[in-house]
Amino acid sequence: MSEHNLHPGLNLGARHGAAHEGAETILFGFWIFLMSDLVIFGLVFASYLTVANPTGAAGGPGPAEAFDLRSVFAQTVILLSSSLTFGFATLAMRHETGRRSIASWLIVTLFLGIGFLAMELRDFAHMIDVGAVPSRSGFWSAFWGLVPLHGVHVTVGCLWIVVMLIQLATLGLIPVVKMRVLRLGLYWHFLDLIWVGIFSIVYLGGQMR
Amino acid sequence: MIHTIFGRLDLSSLSLWRAIQDPTVSELVAAGAATAVLLGALVTVSLLTWFRLWGPLWRDWLTSVDHKRIGIMYCALALIMLARGVIEGVLMRTQQAFGLHGGFLTPDHFSQLFSTHGTIMIFFVAMPFIAGVINYVMPLQIGARDMAFPVMNQISLGLTATGAALVMISLVLGKFATGGWANYPPYTGSDFQPGPGPDYWIWSIVLAGIGTTLSGINFAVTLYKERAPGMTFLRMPIFCWTVICTSIIMIFALPPLTVAALMLAADRYLDFHFFTNDLGGNMMNYVNLFWLFGHPEVYLLVIPAYGIFSEVISTFSGKRIYGYMSMVYATMSIAVLSFCVWLHHFFTMGQSANINAAFGIASMAIAVPTGIKVYNWMATIFRGRVRMTVPMIYATGFFYLFVIGGLSGVMLANPVISYQVHNTLFLVAHFHNVIIPGVLFGLLAGYHYWFPKAFGFRLNEGWGRAAAYLWIAGFSFTFLPLYWLGLHGMPRRSATFSDPAFQPTLWLALFGAVLILAALTCLAVQLWVSIRDRDSLTVPLGDPWDGRSLEWSIPSPPPEYNFAMQPQVAARDDFAEAKTKSRAYTEPEEYEDIEMPNNTAIGMIICVCATLFGLALVFWMWWLAALSFLAIVLSITLPTFLTETTHVIPAAKIAAEHRAWLDKVKDASAVDRLEETQESNLGRALLERPTRIEAAE
Repeated sequence: MSEHNLHPGLNLGARHGAAHEGAETILFGFWIFLMSDLVIFGLVFASYLTVANPTGAAGGPGPAEAFDLRSVFAQTVILLSSSLTFGFATLAMRHETGRRSIASWLIVTLFLGIGFLAMELRDFAHMIDVGAVPSRSGFWSAFWGLVPLHGVHVTVGCLWIVVMLIQLATLGLIPVVKMRVLRLGLYWHFLDLIWVGIFSIVYLGGQMR
Repeated sequence: MIHTIFGRLDLSSLSLWRAIQDPTVSELVAAGAATAVLLGALVTVSLLTWFRLWGPLWRDWLTSVDHKRIGIMYCALALIMLARGVIEGVLMRTQQAFGLHGGFLTPDHFSQLFSTHGTIMIFFVAMPFIAGVINYVMPLQIGARDMAFPVMNQISLGLTATGAALVMISLVLGKFATGGWANYPPYTGSDFQPGPGPDYWIWSIVLAGIGTTLSGINFAVTLYKERAPGMTFLRMPIFCWTVICTSIIMIFALPPLTVAALMLAADRYLDFHFFTNDLGGNMMNYVNLFWLFGHPEVYLLVIPAYGIFSEVISTFSGKRIYGYMSMVYATMSIAVLSFCVWLHHFFTMGQSANINAAFGIASMAIAVPTGIKVYNWMATIFRGRVRMTVPMIYATGFFYLFVIGGLSGVMLANPVISYQVHNTLFLVAHFHNVIIPGVLFGLLAGYHYWFPKAFGFRLNEGWGRAAAYLWIAGFSFTFLPLYWLGLHGMPRRSATFSDPAFQPTLWLALFGAVLILAALTCLAVQLWVSIRDRDSLTVPLGDPWDGRSLEWSIPSPPPEYNFAMQPQVAARDDFAEAKTKSRAYTEPEEYEDIEMPNNTAIGMIICVCATLFGLALVFWMWWLAALSFLAIVLSITLPTFLTETTHVIPAAKIAAEHRAWLDKVKDASAVDRLEETQESNLGRALLERPTRIEAAE
């Protein structure tokens, strides 16, 4: 395991040839893209924090009425597990255990992602019921600007998994497909990181106020 | 039914229709602009059809992923938009010159003018011009074959063109925003401007901004990963260092703009309350987000211009740049500091004095690395083999005028002074004073300097000089008087004024604006004359200015693959050293096949779909928005199923081309620097050695 890493994160290793070498540039570029995306999330978090106060709430419903922590905890467990299963998919690719095992781990990840989204949508429906909608106050605008932004990212991730499953089936494990799975992995883990922020700052932070 | 199809687009959206209904001077001016846009489009289409150029345009340009062609297209876009921006500026100067108790434009029209003028000049002139020069030059300077991500590069261009197209369409359909280039809510919220104006601003900025972020990623990865062997960071030309800094700013500073604009869109479309007056909205969040982008943005623009001046001054002084390491440190310091000063754009908005003081000091601190650069440039010129060619005229104008602009910036960085001159023409004078002599002169110097590289012939020197002197004089007459007006309290962005004492100075400024218009005309004439006389200006051998970096070591225009063999870099200013040590123009032992990316239409498809998407959102045509969004998603996804995306250029072809060029170089007589601008200059430079070295020997 003392191989020289060409890029941050899990490297495929020299026996993958073109996929390993090509990843040096492409994965580096994707890390930079994620840094840019992180700036976006950081700013939306900051905007949220500036209105998480009585002025921002403008007399509307607060977190206590609208958040269902039990559901959010379940979502957290599901999403973090999906990162683990994606990790298994990447490891299966690295150790060349075959298309079938990569695809199965991706499918498990996909279902976990869809499960997360379904629970999140149910929570959103509940919030709409209690009047916690963006047109109600600056606070809820910021909430709906932040948490669904993560949800949209997860949706894109799920669609990306579907595309990768199709490409695994049609194109096979050619270098470009491998490099795409690597990038999708980074993206998926990145969304977990953002979720940890949302869970701690928005949901747990909401309980403290 | 009609409402479903056309949304809120109706007959009164047409500015021509409005002029027929209400033929005031103001409406007629707007209709005239709309006619000009339509006629321009019609003439372009007819000429392309008449000369049967659609095929070549599509094959060689629009679908090309060659960084050089993309760079040229960026510059062409910037120059077209520059013409509109300058005309708007002249129109505003004319309005104010006649603006004592009135004038001929309505205040609303005047507000649209300064909003589009600012938006266009920053986003669709300065940024594409910068992106174009970077695209063209940077890969050549580091010895790369192309950008790290050529297709993404094309998509960036497509998205920038989308933004520009939306601003142009706003002349014909609907009206543009009246909130200035910063478009502050709540004034630009739906309560105060329910019409399509701010939506035009939002979607042109968001779509072009995404393109710029992608460009930044592309530039950074290219610089980090695609440098030729031996091209260590500290051997890179200063221009490449400035590109690193600019791409860092693009990656980190464009997201705040995207966030701010999309939040404003949420307020306007979905009844959110990010920046509204009521229900817990906070407009200061917008101001902070906007300037968190806006301040790094001005350095994003000026840092590459510093890089261009570094190249130009070093080449036309026949010396390596003085203080290379201090230049690198200074550039990096400016890039870092640029993120720490955004609050100086709103000293008057009510934060505490301590915060103002901290940001004021940080802002003044930027003058230190900038000053270092100016001294380094002057030291480079000192005892150099200086030729006062057009780029050097711009550089000289830059020295004098930019230092004045920088000093007025240091004045404004002091919150106490800022309070006094806030929102006056003093500020307008200041930022034009840094952007025109800094950014625009830099870009025009770069345009003259690298034009022969891109097209194989030099630009006409006489018309170039006329344009340069007119720019310098025109800028001085237009904007230096505005300092005086600002100090005497004339507010910015006002169509009229009531103090007759301002009038003579405004006439002076109008005179300057006419000079600027003349400068622009000279640039157009120069381009025309140069194309006409290209046979006597030709420099196919590639090195007309006795250049120092790798881009001058190859033919003009360079082949698609840039370098026949990968350059091996041994020093800073490698080509200059190669010429003295006779390792330039050598034939490699063997040539290799080169793999290059195929042409693709993705960028153009995204450009068209994104323009429709923006237009659909502006006019609430939801079906079209959904359809074009889907088309964008598919045009990104479907090509990933293609596996044949490159073609191979055989070694034999490369060898033949390279040998033919080398033969021409050997046969040509080298010219010395006195003949630089004469017909005898075919692009082979005679080696001149400093007289004091010869004397010492």
